Amino acid sequence: MLDADSLRLAWWAIIVVLILGFVLTDGFDFGACILLPWAGRNDDERRVIINTVGATWEGNQTWLITAAGAVFAAWPLVYAVSFSGLYGAFLLALFGLFCRPVGFDYRSKISDPRWRGTWDWALFAGGLVPTIVFGLLLGNLFLGLPFRLDDDYRPSYDGGFFGLFHPFACAVAALAVALCAMHGGAYVQSRADAAFARHIGRYTSAAALVVATLAVVCALWLATSLEGYRLPTPSASQWPQPPQNMQVQRASGAWLARDASTLAVIGALALVGLLGSMSAAWCTRAARYRLAFASSALTIVGVLAASAFTLFPFLLVSSIEPARSLTVWNATSSPKTLQIMLWIALVFVPLILLYTGWVYRVLAGPITVEHIRRDGKRLY
Amino acid sequence: MSVDMEVVNLSRLQFGATALYHFLFVPLTLGLSWLLVIMESVYVMTGKVVYRDMTQFWGKLFAINFAMGVTTGITLEFQFGTNWAYYSHYVGDVFGVPLAIEGLMAFFLESTFVGLFFFGWDRLSRVQHLGVTFLVALGSNLSALWILIANGWMQNPVGAAFNTDTLRMELTSIAEVIFNPVAQAKFVHTVAAGYVTAAMFVLGISSYYLLKGRDVAFALRSFAIAAAFGLASTLSVIVLGDESGYTTGEVQKVKLAAMEAEWETQAAPASFMVFGIPNEKEERSDLALHVPWMLGLIATRSTDKEVSGIRRLREEAELRIRSGRQAYAALQAMKRGDRSPAVVSAWDEHGKNLGYGLLLKKYTAAVVDATEAQIKQASHDTIPKVAPLFWAFRAMVGLGLWFLLVFGCAFYFLARRDVAPRRWLLRAALYSIPLPWIAAELGWFVAEYGRQPWTISGVLPTFLSASSLRPSDLYLSLAGLVGFYSLLLVVELYLMFKYARLGPSSLGQGRYHFETQGALPAGASHA
Repeated sequence: MLDADSLRLAWWAIIVVLILGFVLTDGFDFGACILLPWAGRNDDERRVIINTVGATWEGNQTWLITAAGAVFAAWPLVYAVSFSGLYGAFLLALFGLFCRPVGFDYRSKISDPRWRGTWDWALFAGGLVPTIVFGLLLGNLFLGLPFRLDDDYRPSYDGGFFGLFHPFACAVAALAVALCAMHGGAYVQSRADAAFARHIGRYTSAAALVVATLAVVCALWLATSLEGYRLPTPSASQWPQPPQNMQVQRASGAWLARDASTLAVIGALALVGLLGSMSAAWCTRAARYRLAFASSALTIVGVLAASAFTLFPFLLVSSIEPARSLTVWNATSSPKTLQIMLWIALVFVPLILLYTGWVYRVLAGPITVEHIRRDGKRLY
Repeated sequence: MSVDMEVVNLSRLQFGATALYHFLFVPLTLGLSWLLVIMESVYVMTGKVVYRDMTQFWGKLFAINFAMGVTTGITLEFQFGTNWAYYSHYVGDVFGVPLAIEGLMAFFLESTFVGLFFFGWDRLSRVQHLGVTFLVALGSNLSALWILIANGWMQNPVGAAFNTDTLRMELTSIAEVIFNPVAQAKFVHTVAAGYVTAAMFVLGISSYYLLKGRDVAFALRSFAIAAAFGLASTLSVIVLGDESGYTTGEVQKVKLAAMEAEWETQAAPASFMVFGIPNEKEERSDLALHVPWMLGLIATRSTDKEVSGIRRLREEAELRIRSGRQAYAALQAMKRGDRSPAVVSAWDEHGKNLGYGLLLKKYTAAVVDATEAQIKQASHDTIPKVAPLFWAFRAMVGLGLWFLLVFGCAFYFLARRDVAPRRWLLRAALYSIPLPWIAAELGWFVAEYGRQPWTISGVLPTFLSASSLRPSDLYLSLAGLVGFYSLLLVVELYLMFKYARLGPSSLGQGRYHFETQGALPAGASHA
């Protein structure tokens, strides 16, 4: 059995992986929905876009469901504080997510153009709204959230929905939208015929350039004027569990005022993100679509992993009571629960990757307007 | 902390409403997925195309329903955090485990393969595709298993203990949580209820085609599979419902007494009240009609054990509330850092009743200063309202017996190859389609309303579990959820009726009624 702190570290890694799995896969579903009303110029083209992601989006969304379940099991306080504190935001994301299962399945079951047009916009909202909310959420993780824990660890929240719209958080949300649009475009173009891929490619490379720009803006903001948080002694076991009396420093640029080796890791990951987005744009122009998709995926890994390392060991910073912030060390479940869950994750995550890979292989191959016209009754 | 009862009540209403909405779609998924496996197995074994058409057509209806199940399912997972934050902190260490396993083991399986079920027909061999269908059915049923293990733990919280440092429940034995007898009984009863729902759905719609004289070969084969599957499922739902009753008698005595309106403790073996009108005010039942011995036999499987009545259970609760008050006092001392032997031994003696002490928080924040009157009030709170449970339970059982009759007749006339002329039977099956849903919703109501006043039975009261939200948040979310769900439900029903009426002609194979008879019904052209 691993010791408690190794288990805590392992669960931080697992949850980062689950979130990465969500963004890497469902990210292109969101992106395809965001591009749908703009890039699909007629019903057939829109059905091409929908059907490139239609058969697999459901499994992709399961990364989100599983990540949320894992947060519940491994970091109950993080789950309690974030979901209840950000009540309006999570509800809004839910309403967006509602539009997708029914949107994909019901849209093409009736041919009336008003029916289909309505569902197209519902799918667009289903891609855009959750992306914005999750982007705002990521931005606010850096800013801290105005929550308190009383003596029984009952969370309460002093802010409201509109408090989430700090300019930095808005920039991160915009970055998230561009990231998903790039990823969605990169996926759809890799499964379309040459002409439609070129058409989609314009959106992909434009989004990739926005990603590069916004990533640089956010990184510079973090490094300079943005108020950040830091634990002077970020080592593990000395922090009481559950959270209290931590010495948290708050200062401009504190997120990146780290020791050289940590900074090197964060910098390298951020660079991967930046170069990835530029490569995605270039490969798309050069019609190297598989490479463009790989670059786009690399961008996501770089940006999210850099964020995770920057925030480490914080999970949720309290902006009004920083001494009771939630960290990797003080907000976890009991070692016993973490240990059992670790075994289960180690068995099932590789299994999931294996069969998901198989399903993608079976469903591989281009989706074209001819497919839609020939097989219309059996496709979305 | 202050308890805002308006927030608590609205949160309960919202959770109840969204759970019942979700459960409009789950039972059909649970059962229809196996029916698809059966139909496709026959196709793979016999090679007869009609069985592939059956799999694809019922699969189309499965898809319309499945989309709504996914839509309404995400809300439930999020709601523990959004609306029940203190609950999430208090029991996440235990309760989060089956939820996370559900995602990793079951939901991934189901949702990864469901797309391949719809779009993999031309890309897989027959046996491979059957395997995919099987994995969808397995995934959805495993999903139910883990959710019901989580729910069973709320009813009967075994394998966990309160940690006085972290101030929450923590896991002590995962095996006890998984093999919780309440969870196991609930799982088999619930999935079997889903199988009944799906069987009635297929039976009823097939009867509609038979009544119309359309696609008779297709309809009769569907009818046959549904009748056999439905009869077996109804029998198991009844037998396993009895098992549920037995485990309820063992560990959820209050729920049982309320369901049966057992005000007094009868001498063993207790009689069963078949009819009666529960009178909550005077705590007796009017016009009661009893069957001797029956309740004792169902609930204790013996003739010499008593079934506790409501009055006795309330007295027992009062004792536990007094003990819980001392547990709370000891816990407060420990939170201040006092771990003296007196405090520790008080905790060791009374700690298991902490949850009962917490019931007093509704009346006094300090708990230890509760008056006699407040203790009486709290002990009254431990008994849920009797009449709704009593009637809901009886309606559910009555429906179960009706299903047995319908499937029994269907199977009998099927065996005599005499189904098509029995128009009364076909009509009965058609109009019975909605009834299993009603029975399933009543079942949930009995299980969850009967758990009150607790979220975790005996451990955490409902009113403490809610998030610290404002009532305005709740009004907005409740109105939004109910409004949006209702809108989607209307759309879903519209599509379901449209495709059910259209029948296998919707597959575009050129072999079925509306394709061979010419004109399609209005608005039926699609794609």
